[in-house]
Amino acid sequence: MALPHVNAVVIGAGAGGGIVAKELATAGLSVVLLERGEWYTAFDCRKDDLRNQRTTVLGNAFGPDEERNPRVFVDEQGHERRLGPSDGEYNNNAACVGGGTFSYGAMAWRYMERDFRMRSTYGTVEGSTLEDWPISYGELEPYYEKAEWEIGVSGDDSNNIFRSPRRRSLPMPPLPPNREYEILKPAAQRLGLHPFDIPMLRNSVPYNGRAACMRCRWCVGFACEVDAKNGTQNTVIPTALATGNCELRSSSIVKEILTDDQGRVKGVAYFDSRPRLQEQTADIVVVSASANESARLLLNSKSRLFPNGLGNRYDWVGRNLQGHAYTGAAGLFDFDVYDDLGPGASIAICDFNHANEGLIGGGMLANEFIRLPYQFAGWREPGSPKWGRGHKDFMRKWYRRSIRVMGPVQEIPMFESRVQVDPKVKDYWGIPVCRLSGGRHPNDQIVGKFLASNAETWLKEAGAVTTWTSLPGTGLSGGQHQAGTCRMGNDPKTSVVDKYCRVHDVENLFVVDGSVHVTNGGFNPALTIMAIAYYASDNLVKSWKGTHGVS
Amino acid sequence: MAAAAASGSGISCAGARSPWRFLTVDEARTLAAICDQIIPPDQDPGAAWAGVVNYIDRQLCGPLEHLRNSYRQGITAVNKSSHALYGTGFVGLAEAKQVELLTLMEQGRAPNEAWTQFSAAAFFGLLVDQTMQGFYGDPRHGGNREGASWKMLGLSYPPIRGRLHYDVSKP
Repeated sequence: MALPHVNAVVIGAGAGGGIVAKELATAGLSVVLLERGEWYTAFDCRKDDLRNQRTTVLGNAFGPDEERNPRVFVDEQGHERRLGPSDGEYNNNAACVGGGTFSYGAMAWRYMERDFRMRSTYGTVEGSTLEDWPISYGELEPYYEKAEWEIGVSGDDSNNIFRSPRRRSLPMPPLPPNREYEILKPAAQRLGLHPFDIPMLRNSVPYNGRAACMRCRWCVGFACEVDAKNGTQNTVIPTALATGNCELRSSSIVKEILTDDQGRVKGVAYFDSRPRLQEQTADIVVVSASANESARLLLNSKSRLFPNGLGNRYDWVGRNLQGHAYTGAAGLFDFDVYDDLGPGASIAICDFNHANEGLIGGGMLANEFIRLPYQFAGWREPGSPKWGRGHKDFMRKWYRRSIRVMGPVQEIPMFESRVQVDPKVKDYWGIPVCRLSGGRHPNDQIVGKFLASNAETWLKEAGAVTTWTSLPGTGLSGGQHQAGTCRMGNDPKTSVVDKYCRVHDVENLFVVDGSVHVTNGGFNPALTIMAIAYYASDNLVKSWKGTHGVS
Repeated sequence: MAAAAASGSGISCAGARSPWRFLTVDEARTLAAICDQIIPPDQDPGAAWAGVVNYIDRQLCGPLEHLRNSYRQGITAVNKSSHALYGTGFVGLAEAKQVELLTLMEQGRAPNEAWTQFSAAAFFGLLVDQTMQGFYGDPRHGGNREGASWKMLGLSYPPIRGRLHYDVSKP
């Protein structure tokens, strides 16, 4: 039996899709929100240090499940391997209601004005598809503000002289400083840098009917036990459902987007939890499945009019996969710096995001999230013992006397770093899986070294007696910060969606997630994905003229 | 991971003769001796006391099932190497010799004939990582007995502070 027709199907209940569902439902459209994962709550928070979003040695805590969701990864030498989600090279993002926002660290960065104009700022870069966005920071600014107030951001970036202009301050003050903050702040100031309180999608005071952060050590990678970390699962998705216009169907695996003879999309075919194949028709379809899975779905949606998949007339779907090359340094101190206060990350600088002499781009630097003992067992100065008495002495001596400063290098996109669908491997439901291949641009290593050396200088100024850098690898990067695979642009020949996130040659199909990012900033991308979701939804609602009436 | 050999047929959890789930009594004894060199006891407990063998054994009947062959063959190869170099099994070696053999494995210099399925360095890397997991991970997984490693690092125990004690939506 056919399911009742709706105005909109939104695929993926993460940072992008949760917001689109809420905005459309609030505007009066009927919405079905499909999510392949489950809806966890704060009570499902297990605080499991070996099985969470960051440490997956005993599995992957927030989906997708290990057995039914393989991918194929092709390394830089061309060797291919079949992987499960708990393998790092799978480049997983969480699959659950809230998506990555359920368990993320929750840094809430606005990209800078130049992050939207990378080509104009740095020119053509050899081996890269570096380009400007078709929208400016100014166009997105009101939507950044909306994300900050609706989802909820604490922090204070007023001391960040490099920040882009904002009309309104953040809705919540920063959390009180932790010890690392107290040590790093004056050191940065002595170096002439401009440290400030990191904006975070985390309640520092009660907000939106939920509690403030209790500052436990189980933060990044975990669900929040007191529901003080703000994602789409505890903000916009409940709002969407409360309108009565939105139905959330979890454990729903979308097989393909269906098209009609006129080249419009007419809905989706998906497997429900039993699993039975269902068909949900809709006036518009919004793909918000994250950069890997959104590209996979478009590529798997082949038909007579779209033999290479939807939006893929010019072979741009799945291209330019990028994330962040993390770089930085660790320092050991001869006094205690650890105070066991979460979330840990508290202080940042944007002095090195741009205008670094002779370099293309850069990235912010911040102190790391709070470390659990197993994670710390992997922090070692090159050449120091990894086991035996030396290991144990190191743990006892330095666990409470170490700080790590890290940052995301703004990656320079590459056409050959990409998501394809594998010709052979299929998932449990018989759907061809992601095949990931490519690597990072050499520039990411150069900028990585530069940032790491500045992180080291900062730690030394703060009193570190020993420091060492940890530099990014050259391999493909498209994990939690995955972006770029359905590039936004004005030219249909060199991009997938237009400036309103509409697929160029399909008038009622949209992609709204990190996929549309032309470049990914030198920052965690969550707030930008949210801002784009508000922006795209606003335009979608304004152009909505009723059933079969988007134009 | 080179040590992740395919899980063979006919391997099952240890039978009634072993108190362990997968490991045999001899395998567990060898593994305990290796783990106690990776994290040796001193003023704080070592890996064996903290239950790292229990952790590994339990996970080999759970999420780490795919590593069963690696452990079975790897532990055998450690003992073969020990016999080839010192004329006795790993458990019977003096501490200095145990450390010496593990160092040879780490550096890929253990006797080649014992390591036909995968490299000694890969197996040793696996052992180090999983010993760390068992020693520093949550006790619920079978290791870190009495939170020994957390106490060693001065972390308050238990680490969980509470669960939704208050409802701020009500005045």
